[in-house]
Amino acid sequence: MEEQSGKGRTADAPADDPERAVEAAETAGASPVATQSERPALVVEGLTKRFGERVAVDDVSFTVASGEVFGFLGPNGAGKTTTVRTLGTLIAPTSGSATVAGIPLEPGNGVEIRQRISVMTETPGLYLRLTVAENLEFFAGLYGVVQPQARIARALEAVNLAARADDLCGSLSKGLRQRVGLARALLNDPAIVFLDEPTSGLDPVATREVHDLIDGLRGRGVTVFLTTHRLEEAERLCDRVAILNTSLRMIGRPDELRDRLFTKTVLVRTAAPLGAPEEVFAGVRGVESWLGGGPDGYVLTVSDPRIAAPEVTRALVAAGADVLSIAEARHSLEDVYLELIGDDVEARR
Amino acid sequence: MSLGRIRAVVRKETREYRRNRFIITTMAVLPLVFLVAPTVTLFRIPASATGALVQHAVGATSLLLLVVPVVIPPVIAAYSVIGERDQGTLEPFLTTPVRREELLLGKAVAAFVPSVAVAYAIYAVVAVSVRLGASHTVSAVVWHAPQVLTQVLFTPLLAVWSIWVGIAMSARFGDVRVAQQLATLASLPALGFASLVSFRVITPSVPLAVGLALVLLVVDVVAWRVVSQLFDRERLITGTSAQVSADTGRSSRSAAGHG
Repeated sequence: MEEQSGKGRTADAPADDPERAVEAAETAGASPVATQSERPALVVEGLTKRFGERVAVDDVSFTVASGEVFGFLGPNGAGKTTTVRTLGTLIAPTSGSATVAGIPLEPGNGVEIRQRISVMTETPGLYLRLTVAENLEFFAGLYGVVQPQARIARALEAVNLAARADDLCGSLSKGLRQRVGLARALLNDPAIVFLDEPTSGLDPVATREVHDLIDGLRGRGVTVFLTTHRLEEAERLCDRVAILNTSLRMIGRPDELRDRLFTKTVLVRTAAPLGAPEEVFAGVRGVESWLGGGPDGYVLTVSDPRIAAPEVTRALVAAGADVLSIAEARHSLEDVYLELIGDDVEARR
Repeated sequence: MSLGRIRAVVRKETREYRRNRFIITTMAVLPLVFLVAPTVTLFRIPASATGALVQHAVGATSLLLLVVPVVIPPVIAAYSVIGERDQGTLEPFLTTPVRREELLLGKAVAAFVPSVAVAYAIYAVVAVSVRLGASHTVSAVVWHAPQVLTQVLFTPLLAVWSIWVGIAMSARFGDVRVAQQLATLASLPALGFASLVSFRVITPSVPLAVGLALVLLVVDVVAWRVVSQLFDRERLITGTSAQVSADTGRSSRSAAGHG
């Protein structure tokens, strides 16, 4: 991922620039082109976390580029939240190392790391007896935000909640609370935003709103580390995903993962079964094997669908077949996930 | 340490207290009890009462007044960490750059100010009432300089002790009622210390009051350090201390080291 639309911020830019969020909020929704920093936002090497005898995270290594939306997928208990908590300096790794927003994850660097990141936990964790503005004011104070009122106003504008600033958080719906949580995550203009199951328990409308906000963060060039077990969410939002089940099972772009796990196939449907399919498909460029012939048609294993599909079409036409459809078989991220996790004994803990 | 972060914690805590009916009720009812009982006791002492009787009554009243800074702070302090955990705000709070010392001081100051304000207000009302309406003998003992000094110095120092005990219990236990009860019980020994002066087992004097206050101050500072050490982010979040986690692992880093 060399280029990413965004606001042009870099991981090594000062995170405490009070005007940054202001400008970003004003341009949220726009799609300015940004150049990513050469320095990765996150570098994790051999991270392991044990709780007593239980291994929660085992020897996990990955890198997240600045400005990337990175999905961290896995079943419940896979170690996603533990990883976020470790990188967020809430808990100490048992072994391994990491660099978070350019700062080594070491005892003594906790305050500095937390100053440059935001973590939105699965539940937004708002003070229900305080108003939206009071909640944000508190967190702005903890982050040492200069001109907090202006920053709060702009963070609320970014999540379309300016009109609810004086409402008690206890009176808000779950979706609105999630938006307040996201506004809070913007207050310190973080280099990395960790979102832990941000749409868990939300209805489709609220989920869509959260997705739009994550898109907005991408547009601003913020690095987003998204843990989720909603695969369609990861596929829609993430540049790359990692699939975790205590240890890291696979990492890459969703299409890369599909390519790595599944053979490429072309599905052919004809009005009637071919008389001699071996004569049609044998020798067609790009076709490696084929099977079928029933009502579902033929499944052709190919080296590259873009080469094979036109060749197959020509061969079928030449053979006088009545072609109903020729399509590349698409595997979803869910297929990838189930392939990796579905038979995993650990997933059923 | 950042004063700004401590101030932010104090302001947030104060706002939450003001809107928490349980805390408001406790803060309102307890002082009334502690106001009425000693005032009635002292007003019923006749002018002809012996010195020993007066001193005993004033001692009991003084001790009762010192119960206020011991009993009220745990009501608030015991809620400080458990309350955050119960409403799911602890983890977001701990993901900010706040240091544990800042968090604890902010919580402590927020509990200290209303507790001590209430305790001083009750003492002032009792003392002034005695001056205006009780017998001269009673008034003379109540307004005896070492007695006043003991009350003035011990009130905040006992409150601080109770607050640290309350916060420690709050950080260690999962139920706010258990934390409050244990914190109150654990605070009571400090009252025994004060009762030595109140009941004149040790004859009160200005140097003695100051000396004992200094001892309490040292105890309070030590308590703060101990509570800071007890405040383990990892244990609060996961229920497992960093040390326990690390003991079976390959290294022994401390989550507390993350500040």
